[in-house]
Amino acid sequence: MTNLIKRKKAETRFQLYGIFAVSLSLLFVLTLIVNIFSSGVGGFYKTSFLMEIYFDQKLLKLEDSPSSEQIEDASFRKLISHNFKENFSQYSKDEIKQIKKLFYRKIDKETQSYLLKNPEYLNQKVELLFTASTDIDQIHKGNFNRNIPEKQRSINNFQLGIYDQFIETGKVKKVFNKRYFTSGDSRDPESAGVASSVMGSVFTILICFLLSFPIAIFASIYLEEFAKSGKVTDLIEININNLAAVPSIIFGLLGLGILLNFFGLPRSTSLVGGMVLSFMTLPTIIVACRSSLRAVPPSIREGALALGATKNQVVFHHVLPLAMPGTLTGTIIGLARAVGETAPLLMIGMVAFIMNVPNTPLEPAVGMPAQIYLWSESAERGFIEKTSSAIILLLIFLIVVNFVSVYFRKKYEKKW
Amino acid sequence: MFYPVLFLLLLSIVGFYLNKNKSVYLSKNQKLASLPAYYGYLAFLYIFVPAIIIWLGLLIGKSFILQNYLILTLGDSLSIMNSDEINLFMSKVKNLSLGISFGNETDLEKFAAEKIISFDKIFSLLTYLVLTLSSILAFLIARKKVIPNFKSQRTVEKIVNRFIQICSLIAILITLGIFLSLVFETLNFFSYVNPLHFLFGLNWSPNKAFVIDSAETIDKDILRDAFGIIPLLGGTLLIAFLAMIVAIPLGLMSAIYLAEYAPKKIRDFSKPVIEILAGIPTVVYGFFAALVVAPKIVIFGKSMGFEVSSESALAAGLVMGVMIIPFVSSLSDDVINAVPQSLRDGSYALGATKSETIIKVILPSALPGIIGSFLLAISRAIGETMIVVMAASLQANLTINPLEPATTITTQIVTALTGDTEFDNPKTLVAFALGLTLFFITLFLNYFALKIVKKYREIYD
Repeated sequence: MTNLIKRKKAETRFQLYGIFAVSLSLLFVLTLIVNIFSSGVGGFYKTSFLMEIYFDQKLLKLEDSPSSEQIEDASFRKLISHNFKENFSQYSKDEIKQIKKLFYRKIDKETQSYLLKNPEYLNQKVELLFTASTDIDQIHKGNFNRNIPEKQRSINNFQLGIYDQFIETGKVKKVFNKRYFTSGDSRDPESAGVASSVMGSVFTILICFLLSFPIAIFASIYLEEFAKSGKVTDLIEININNLAAVPSIIFGLLGLGILLNFFGLPRSTSLVGGMVLSFMTLPTIIVACRSSLRAVPPSIREGALALGATKNQVVFHHVLPLAMPGTLTGTIIGLARAVGETAPLLMIGMVAFIMNVPNTPLEPAVGMPAQIYLWSESAERGFIEKTSSAIILLLIFLIVVNFVSVYFRKKYEKKW
Repeated sequence: MFYPVLFLLLLSIVGFYLNKNKSVYLSKNQKLASLPAYYGYLAFLYIFVPAIIIWLGLLIGKSFILQNYLILTLGDSLSIMNSDEINLFMSKVKNLSLGISFGNETDLEKFAAEKIISFDKIFSLLTYLVLTLSSILAFLIARKKVIPNFKSQRTVEKIVNRFIQICSLIAILITLGIFLSLVFETLNFFSYVNPLHFLFGLNWSPNKAFVIDSAETIDKDILRDAFGIIPLLGGTLLIAFLAMIVAIPLGLMSAIYLAEYAPKKIRDFSKPVIEILAGIPTVVYGFFAALVVAPKIVIFGKSMGFEVSSESALAAGLVMGVMIIPFVSSLSDDVINAVPQSLRDGSYALGATKSETIIKVILPSALPGIIGSFLLAISRAIGETMIVVMAASLQANLTINPLEPATTITTQIVTALTGDTEFDNPKTLVAFALGLTLFFITLFLNYFALKIVKKYREIYD
């Protein structure tokens, strides 16, 4: 009897292990996503201060109704320091300097762009929003503890006092960070954006798709429909299986050794990045395409053959279109994996500091994951938030892509 | 760069329609051997295929021709330089011709850059000319084939079949490319460092190779114990082992629970959610390991009285383990499901409980497949790059203590090749030797894993 109880207990215990394992795995997913999202959502917003600015024509050395070129040429430094002196007249020179540090370093450029957009501001006093410096931004979002000793933080007590004053007078605003989506990388977290890396990823994936998709389809057709079993075919099969398991960084070495050093293709470009990723994506697409070709029932082939179609017509007119949904699903999954791939791109130099949004695949570029890597290596606190935000964008993109592929499969896949 | 291809496509499409129209016209009076469209396809292929090969040849040969052209025009001034200086000169001049100037160019370089610009213009003009000529020639040949008893369909299909056959060879080409690029540079590396010192050396400090930059002759004794792979291998295996400690129990138990116990609802929910872990880019895991897990481990270790490095192998290993969970669980799930129901029924009939059946019947009979999945998971862990690049240390450290920093093969490949890469230095070249080692290790593991899985499948099929 005791034996039976023991066995029963062992049974429950074993089940509990299983439940524990599953729930722990689910917990990991939850932790990861919650952690990234909670620390990254703030990156889409930025802290800004309301401040009155008097656009003094004389300080800017501008004529009446200046052209936009003239405004672009004008220096706004003097105007800014004059306005700070006016607005904070009760403070000493040194203190004003410290107050200025609460704002983004390039406040003069910001003022300039305001005037460029609204030339009528000239000789007027307007209250405008100015980006706060990244240190204050992090304190305002609660990412940085302001109660630690003064020496350990970049914002001193006087500056915090001013910041509290701003809050009391309602001058601190949290606004949507449009710049994050429109500008490229920057040395300053305040103005760094994902636009250049998004474009880099788009070009890379486009090249990857254009190369791998047709080649994979043709290769699968040949292997599945035409190839006679023999040594060459076996060799191809073995190679496809092996390529699927080769670590991604090896493909990067291939790109560096062959594409860059031997063929002399331009370094750091999305062209080379796309080519390297297409080597990795090929096996995935080939496997998907072959299994959907295999799933097309022989009756289709026989019917077409009976009507007098040649072998090529059977394959290209009948079998391939029917195998397309499955192939596309596999392609989307393969490309989604390629989007998130970083290691091979490090090898071919796609980890550069890119400020400009690339216009062609032949310009130096970084991809989204490489941008995440670059920012996460940065010591500045503000970049950590930017990194999380970029990860959120990447994850959202991957989730959408996965839903699309599931939708495709559900909608077009036929069960024979 | 790609305009010639578009240009060719345009020409080919024009050829297609010209030929098709002619055959449509012909077919009004007499019966053709093939459908009119096939005469069009014939023209398209005749024009496009040779021309694109010519274009590729020109593209590859361009830099070679350019170099010789420059040497011809600037002959005297270049003849005093050695090959290194010529390479430097060439890259500087090429940058200048692209408009990238550093303001310190000599007149000779400026002159050469202008030559390059004019050469580019002439070359692209020449490319278009050659492509047009070859297209016209090809079109004329295709045009002659538009006669009633020419079986153009057969020719077109032959060309297409040949083409897709070549496409299928690309997998071999890629493997060959990987192998050649790795082997070539590795041999280059071995000209500096004795392979035995590389494979069995216990010291890894590639920065020693910096000494070469200043000294004229290479002191092989310095390199002797600078490039030992053993500490890297040790670190790699340590981190992979830690990852397996997380991934194997969790992945296997999840697979067992979901396959044998879980109600359908839980199974349908949990499986895809766990699969999410496999879809997350590795750079995200790296970020998580470096900025969330590692600091937590340091704090936790301190509270327990341990000295933990902020780049400990533990952080990288744990996070990598989480990444591999779905890999283990989905592969094990497949094997467990492949065990025939009759084995389960037999065990239940003998009075065994469910857990006894699983432990004593299902797992032993699924064992080869499960071990195969473990081997695949280990190979994945060894080749994983981003997590270790971001979370593990750069300093080689031969240790089995997971709280100490450790570095891996992949980390060192990345460190060697990011930043300035000069291919005449063992410090850079070692990356390829490491890559080759990694390639062989993973190849070996995968080969064995697949063989085991295959053998097992044959038993129950």
